[in-house]
Amino acid sequence: MKFPLLPPEASQVATRTDHLYSGLLCISTLVVFLVFGTIVVFLFKYRRGKPAPRSHLPLPELKIELTWTIVPTLIFLGFFTWGAELYWNIERPPTDALEIHVIGKQWMWKIEHAEGNREINELHVPVGRVVKLTLASQDVIHSFFLPAFRIKQDVVPGRYTALWFKADHVGQYHLLCSEYCGTHHSAMNGSIYVMSQPEFQQWLAKGQPQSTLAQEGERLFRQYGCSGCHVNSTSVRAPPLEGLYGKPVPLQTGQIVLADEAYLRDSILQPAKDIVAGYTNDMPSFQGHISEEELVEVIAYLRSLGTTTPALPASQRD
Amino acid sequence: MADAESALAEHFEELPQQRDAAKLGMWTFIATEVLFFGDLFMGYIVNRLAYPQAFALASHHTVVLFGTINTAILLTSGLTMALSIHAARADNLKLSGRFVLLTIALGLAFLAVKGLEYHEDFHEHLWPGSHFRPDLPAQAQIFWFLYWVMTGVHSVHVIAGVLVLCIIAWMIARGRFSAEYHTPLEMTGLYWAFVDVIWIYLYPLLYLINRYAAS
Amino acid sequence: MKTLGRLEPTPELFSLPELKNYLTESHTLSSWLLTTDHKRIGLLFLFSIGVFFTIAACAAAAMRMELVTPPGDLVTSETYNKLFTMHGVLMVWFFLIPSIPSVLGNFVIPMMLGARDLAFPKLNLLSWYLFNIGGLLALYSIIFGGADTGWTFYEPYSSTFSNTHVVTMIAGVFIAGFSSILTGLNFVVTTHKLRAPGLTWFRLPLFIWSLYATSVIMLLATPVLAMTLTLVGVERLWGVGIFDPKLGGDPVLFQHLFWFYSHPAVYIMILPGMGVVSEVITCFARKQIFGYHFVAYASMAIAIIGFLVWGHHMFTSSQSIYAGFVFSLMSYFVAVPSAIKVFNWTMTLHRGSISFETPMLYALGFIGLFTIGGLTGLFLAALGLDVHLQDTYFVVAHFHYIMVGGMVTGFMAGLHYWWPKISGRLYPERMGQLAALVMFIGFNLTFFPQYILGYLGMPRRYHAYPPEFQLYNVMSSAGASILGVAYLLPVIYLIWSLKHGRKAPPNPWHATGLEWQTNSPPIKSNFEATPVVTGPPYQYPTEEEREMVHG
Repeated sequence: MKFPLLPPEASQVATRTDHLYSGLLCISTLVVFLVFGTIVVFLFKYRRGKPAPRSHLPLPELKIELTWTIVPTLIFLGFFTWGAELYWNIERPPTDALEIHVIGKQWMWKIEHAEGNREINELHVPVGRVVKLTLASQDVIHSFFLPAFRIKQDVVPGRYTALWFKADHVGQYHLLCSEYCGTHHSAMNGSIYVMSQPEFQQWLAKGQPQSTLAQEGERLFRQYGCSGCHVNSTSVRAPPLEGLYGKPVPLQTGQIVLADEAYLRDSILQPAKDIVAGYTNDMPSFQGHISEEELVEVIAYLRSLGTTTPALPASQRD
Repeated sequence: MADAESALAEHFEELPQQRDAAKLGMWTFIATEVLFFGDLFMGYIVNRLAYPQAFALASHHTVVLFGTINTAILLTSGLTMALSIHAARADNLKLSGRFVLLTIALGLAFLAVKGLEYHEDFHEHLWPGSHFRPDLPAQAQIFWFLYWVMTGVHSVHVIAGVLVLCIIAWMIARGRFSAEYHTPLEMTGLYWAFVDVIWIYLYPLLYLINRYAAS
Repeated sequence: MKTLGRLEPTPELFSLPELKNYLTESHTLSSWLLTTDHKRIGLLFLFSIGVFFTIAACAAAAMRMELVTPPGDLVTSETYNKLFTMHGVLMVWFFLIPSIPSVLGNFVIPMMLGARDLAFPKLNLLSWYLFNIGGLLALYSIIFGGADTGWTFYEPYSSTFSNTHVVTMIAGVFIAGFSSILTGLNFVVTTHKLRAPGLTWFRLPLFIWSLYATSVIMLLATPVLAMTLTLVGVERLWGVGIFDPKLGGDPVLFQHLFWFYSHPAVYIMILPGMGVVSEVITCFARKQIFGYHFVAYASMAIAIIGFLVWGHHMFTSSQSIYAGFVFSLMSYFVAVPSAIKVFNWTMTLHRGSISFETPMLYALGFIGLFTIGGLTGLFLAALGLDVHLQDTYFVVAHFHYIMVGGMVTGFMAGLHYWWPKISGRLYPERMGQLAALVMFIGFNLTFFPQYILGYLGMPRRYHAYPPEFQLYNVMSSAGASILGVAYLLPVIYLIWSLKHGRKAPPNPWHATGLEWQTNSPPIKSNFEATPVVTGPPYQYPTEEEREMVHG
């Protein structure tokens, strides 16, 4: 019979998390031995009926109390720093990552690669490459959990969240939903496949998507009538979208916001929220009309407008 | 004095101890109530900061006249409540009772005005949901959600206050109180002051802030 | 110079054996249902929480049975989700929160203070009625289909997506919340205003300090929960609200407001247990508590810092990284006073004269299990590590060590300790010790494997799970069956002792608290004459014992 104690380690972050875990485990074991050991010794030595010195012993109470207040506090501060440093690392994705979009919905994970490949409850990634996942939810809160990488991120409806990892080992690992999301919560899981670079390229090619995300987004951009106002038109004044992504946008209120994915998302779903300086609020809200998957595609298209050259699939940008 | 002795519950040693206990109890209860409303104020602040424009547009549709009348009514009722306690301390329980009745009347007037206002709000399609005014941005519904819940919860407190005041009026009429013992009246006064204060915060938050900014 | 005499008992205190006690005062049903006697209300609460505990424990048993095998084969996933919701809601709000405060606190606080009753006896009775109305609403929701949101009612699932009886469940919790507010209010005012002459703040038993701290939390946190759940209910009925992302509301705001209550509520569920342990350890070690002031201040520190750590439930929720830092740091700080308490209890044993009656066994069990629960809390407070552990069985194991290992064990310690006072009878000691031992073993077998499961990555609230997790799940379920037996034992022998137990003397443990200066069971007004306190608590060994040693 096997008694596994650790899940597989598939990334450096996993190894570092295990180190922190071991550190805490060591200190805890030490404390348990000290405290329980002392208790057991006292219980034995001072059990009723056994002769033992019991007269009042004047102890320097304040000194003792301060010692066992300050020493744990210092140890705790150490672990706080250790945990915070790791968290800082986990929460801030490095630049130049392979970007993949994940959409959680009751009860499946939908994955969209920039090249247009789509998967459900499966995520294929190359080994040795930083992967950044942008997570969105179609309905309730889910949580994208990769135990082998020791990371998870809640997927909150109404906003984008992000998660990154760099797989060190080829293999198949669990992909789970860890935030309760309704009836089939425990069935909302699948696998992440870490593949070697050439295998991954093969896998991408084998999927043979008809169009990239951005191309699909462009189709939707016309289908939903966005192009009617936002493409050089004389009749309706709408802010131009070319080169918008990643630039600062001055708002009517005088604020300046960065046109990132979250901003584009909000502007499509809640156009009245941030009105661009010099424009009026004429745009209808697409809340409830456009799905999270389509949003990902439209935003991919808008991002592709930001570059001077036409958007290239991520794999070819290397 | 006979009243005072019969008012002493058996587990207290003396009347001042009982009065102190009641007072501390009421203040503790008010602390609880502050956090009860605090939750709503927190929800208001977070959303106001997130959607300042929608909130400004939405607040333009509150009926400021009704709100102002109600502020005046409730503040006046605070005065009559205080005068009632003052009269009881001076052993003028007849006057005290009259002020209690006046306070009840003002409380009912507040509720009546609020009812009229609710009626109008409802007709203006300011009830969140599928029939909400289409000319307002979607986030205006959040403002109106908060408006209904905040004023609704406050009105429930006013209704509770009026009911308690009715019992107090009855107790005064039955001669239960004296200059030495009128703790229930004092406690109700504290509660009523709290209900006043909550309105003092609700009035600017819902009717005044940025009212004309986004028109 | 220390005064050894703790109080001056009036001579007639023990001389009237045939005096009617609070149980024999009257026998009609209405004399129970309309009682304002804090002791009877304590017993009414004991009955109510017993019922809710039994139902919630059955739900747990059903879940553990389901989890013996990896696939979801015993119950449907829908039923499973309702089971853990029912288990969570009933255990948290209808057992743990009222367990020690409303039963034991109600019973002994006035006696410990030398008072005849709580400050507001009628509110106390109202509190019991509200509690039962809330409980019945929750049961109504369960019987007519149940709710499947989990006890946390996370938005937007609870408002928009769940098709179950969420509103009645919320209403039940809302009403029970007012019960706990009234209890807290009563305790605070009683502690301030009804202390016996000479009973200064630093002569108070530590049980009073811990329940005072608990009451502060009940008063300041519960209203936030009440309003937050109201907003969820209204949102569910209206389809619009401030937590619903459809119109720009923020579901994470719900989590902030929910945990602003529910984290402090964890301390409602542990502080009273700590109070019991301070009473029991001193009595059965015949020693003064070591560092009285530090233990007392630690309770208050936990109550205050406990209000500033709620965000540690949300490290992966997309709240800001910097907020994460603050909440993690505060979480480490709140662990310090808990550690201080454990060290002080340990030191109290030093040079004691220790005996191992049932309450002491439970109290020692409490220290052990609470220490493990507390230490694993440090794992969860470590930001980077929590990213992995959040929402796994590690969390489940951690809070069961605190709530079951801590609070339930503390409750059992207190129940056995005060049982002679409550019932006037002694429970069978050997049976008690056996049950305590079995409970300790069963508990560890149930919940220790869950730590490992959690680190391996098994998420909580899973109806079915990958097969490699089976071994630890089987261990856990086996432990649960042992635990079930261990809970049944006290129910049987305590009820048995009501009739057949030996009659209890006023002070069977030779303890020092004022509650032991009354008859067992006490008369309705507790004391014949108001006691006067002249010295600090826990003057162990007592004067007679010293005389015996020296004489």
